[in-house]
Amino acid sequence: MTTIALKHENTASLAEDPRTLKIRLAKAIRRKRINAFLYVLPLFLFVFVAFALPMMQMARLSVQNGAGGDILHRSQVAMKDWTGSDLPSEEIAAALVADMVEARENRTIGKVATRVNYSLPGSRSVITGTARKAKSLQAPYLEALATANPAWQDPQIWVSIRRAIAPVTPDFYLAALDLERDMDGNVVFVEPERQIYITLFVRTLILSVLITSLCLLLGFPVAYLLASLPAKYANLLMILVLLPFWTALLVRTTAWLALLQSQGVINDIFVFLGLIGNEQRLQLIYNATGTVIAMTHILLPFTILPLYSVMKTISPTYVRAAESLGAAPSVAFFRVYLPQTKPGIAAGCLLVFILSIGFYITPALVGGSDGQLISNFIALHVQRSLNWGLAAALSTILLAAILILYWLFNKLVGIDKLKLG
Amino acid sequence: MAVPAPEQAYVRFEGVQKTYDGETLVVKNLNLDIARGEFLTMLGPSGSGKTTSLMMLAGFEATTAGNILIADRSINLIPPHKRGIGMVFQNYALFPHMTIFENLAFPLSVRKFGKSDISEKVRRALDLVELSAFGERRPAQLSGGQQQRVALARALVFEPELVLMDEPLGALDKQLREQMQYEIKHIHERLGVTIVYVTHDQSEALTMSDRIAVFNNGIVQQLSAPNELYERPQTSFVAQFIGENNKLTGILQTVQNNQCVVTLADGTTLRALPVNVGETGAATLLSVRPERVVVNPPKDPGFNAVTARVEELIYLGDHLRLRLSTCGTDQFVLKIPNAEQHPTFQTGTTIEIGWRVGDCHALDA
Repeated sequence: MTTIALKHENTASLAEDPRTLKIRLAKAIRRKRINAFLYVLPLFLFVFVAFALPMMQMARLSVQNGAGGDILHRSQVAMKDWTGSDLPSEEIAAALVADMVEARENRTIGKVATRVNYSLPGSRSVITGTARKAKSLQAPYLEALATANPAWQDPQIWVSIRRAIAPVTPDFYLAALDLERDMDGNVVFVEPERQIYITLFVRTLILSVLITSLCLLLGFPVAYLLASLPAKYANLLMILVLLPFWTALLVRTTAWLALLQSQGVINDIFVFLGLIGNEQRLQLIYNATGTVIAMTHILLPFTILPLYSVMKTISPTYVRAAESLGAAPSVAFFRVYLPQTKPGIAAGCLLVFILSIGFYITPALVGGSDGQLISNFIALHVQRSLNWGLAAALSTILLAAILILYWLFNKLVGIDKLKLG
Repeated sequence: MAVPAPEQAYVRFEGVQKTYDGETLVVKNLNLDIARGEFLTMLGPSGSGKTTSLMMLAGFEATTAGNILIADRSINLIPPHKRGIGMVFQNYALFPHMTIFENLAFPLSVRKFGKSDISEKVRRALDLVELSAFGERRPAQLSGGQQQRVALARALVFEPELVLMDEPLGALDKQLREQMQYEIKHIHERLGVTIVYVTHDQSEALTMSDRIAVFNNGIVQQLSAPNELYERPQTSFVAQFIGENNKLTGILQTVQNNQCVVTLADGTTLRALPVNVGETGAATLLSVRPERVVVNPPKDPGFNAVTARVEELIYLGDHLRLRLSTCGTDQFVLKIPNAEQHPTFQTGTTIEIGWRVGDCHALDA
């Protein structure tokens, strides 16, 4: 009796509506997903607040024109339909005078004047000077302004004001690429002696490529040695590779100062060995050479570690097999071993390249003037010249460049092939 | 089908020794001749020196002393890639970044063969292992057995005269392993290449080889054809390592007329074939195969007869296995083929068993 009853129950549960089974499964999966989401939620929030939001803010800064538009708010509205090819209408002039009166009372006119001065040097005094007399100006304002200062008869200053108070401006991006708008609105290169950023971007790119290649060249044999040594020696060597990580970046960079300066250890050794005379001490620091040497040293572990983790998984039997099949050791290396290390090479190079393209401390300390990278100028504009818009534009261009490289890398190598350890 | 030691050796080990640490010899004074076209297996437990010997032949390990010759030329100083020896590795060592075709073309392209020549040879090699349709796949997309065959084809594609195999079937499951054993054997017969095969699996060695060299502690214990090895083991190690075996220790009493008398610890006296014994009074180990023991032996002077108690019965399908206590041991094993009229047994009962004097080998203790 009991066995029959049991059997009956079994068949009943199996024959249950398949839809309820699916619903149950979906429920279980949903619960798992919610759990997984809750695990990452705190980090996600942190990254959003501390990283994503500031980035968006920065991107906004790079196109935002500052407070000019709020201060000269009547003019901003009045200038909306003005073409800028000729002198503005009386209506615009009236709005500007009214704004000037208000700005002078609020003591904000200086801010606007400074901003206009960016695009039209010498216009600061024209604006502040006119603002001082603004209260006494009478209609027709266009003529009154011209009387107050003849500069107002030139459309240039009007165009500059309009650019300064427009809510959105491309000026920072243009400046970051050594470009500017002339009075007719055409985008042109600034005078050659004022061009710095393109050179800087190119230099950053070249030095990063150089540093990445040096890291690969120096790191590959070390990683190979690490992967092929017996564990007890490999561990010791590994500690030596990791040692730099346990020392502060600043300390390491400062150590290079002591080593590389013209009265430093390296030069002393060269002189002692008679390789160079005492008067011909090499300039190894405060130039691009110093930046390359110090950054290669600092970034080397980032090449070695991914390479090592890939090489560790390549069985020595492959090379043996290749040799048994008739390949000379060099052929076996280039056709069998090297291709298998590709994911490690790709990961190491990408890591070092992206890190070096945005490196700041080391070039700032040992780079002198021609070893400075783009990040040093971003810092300059954030800390010294307080031109945050330009700093934001430079950073955004840098970020875009890295994203493009990353995309290219994904196209060529495939991110899924990447092995970081 | 005992193959005599070849007069004209193709591969010759001459007093070869190998040590890794300078203290213990992994291979002690190896002398071995391998004939052209022979299938020779190096069989032994791990650490017996068989793989080291193979690696020295392949050129991946240097000999500490002695000489290895191929076709009368010493190869000690020839690097592995110039030895022209095909090799199948334990885990196949197929290049993961190449397709099957590229893997097989590799030994040909490093030898600078022409393109059409390469594709022709690769196609033939793939046909040989019945994988013609898999040329464009990657090794990871193949099953273990298929990878094994590709490794085999790759070792054969450049037509070497000598092919080494280092436990090539170790990673396969039992059924596939047996199937591959036959396939390798047939390929060997078809191509006539010389094969040196390393394994620790005795049934694999018995199935495939012309001759087997049993290694232990860096020494070749016995070098014989499979049947010879199984039926006439020369040392107690070989008797124990190859096949199942009942071991009885005793003292040698007399030796005469190719027969010896041995007294066991419990007083039983047995007659045996003296294969490898010392002086009278020395300890010896008697070896009897379980399948050579019969129940109710004929009353015949050619037979040893003892009484035994049935301790355990195990039904194994094709045969019945009895564990008996007799001759001072309770681990005496007896195999009875599952024939229609085999006798039935009960544990605890006493039975008469016996075996031919010639099937009982007196060996070194």
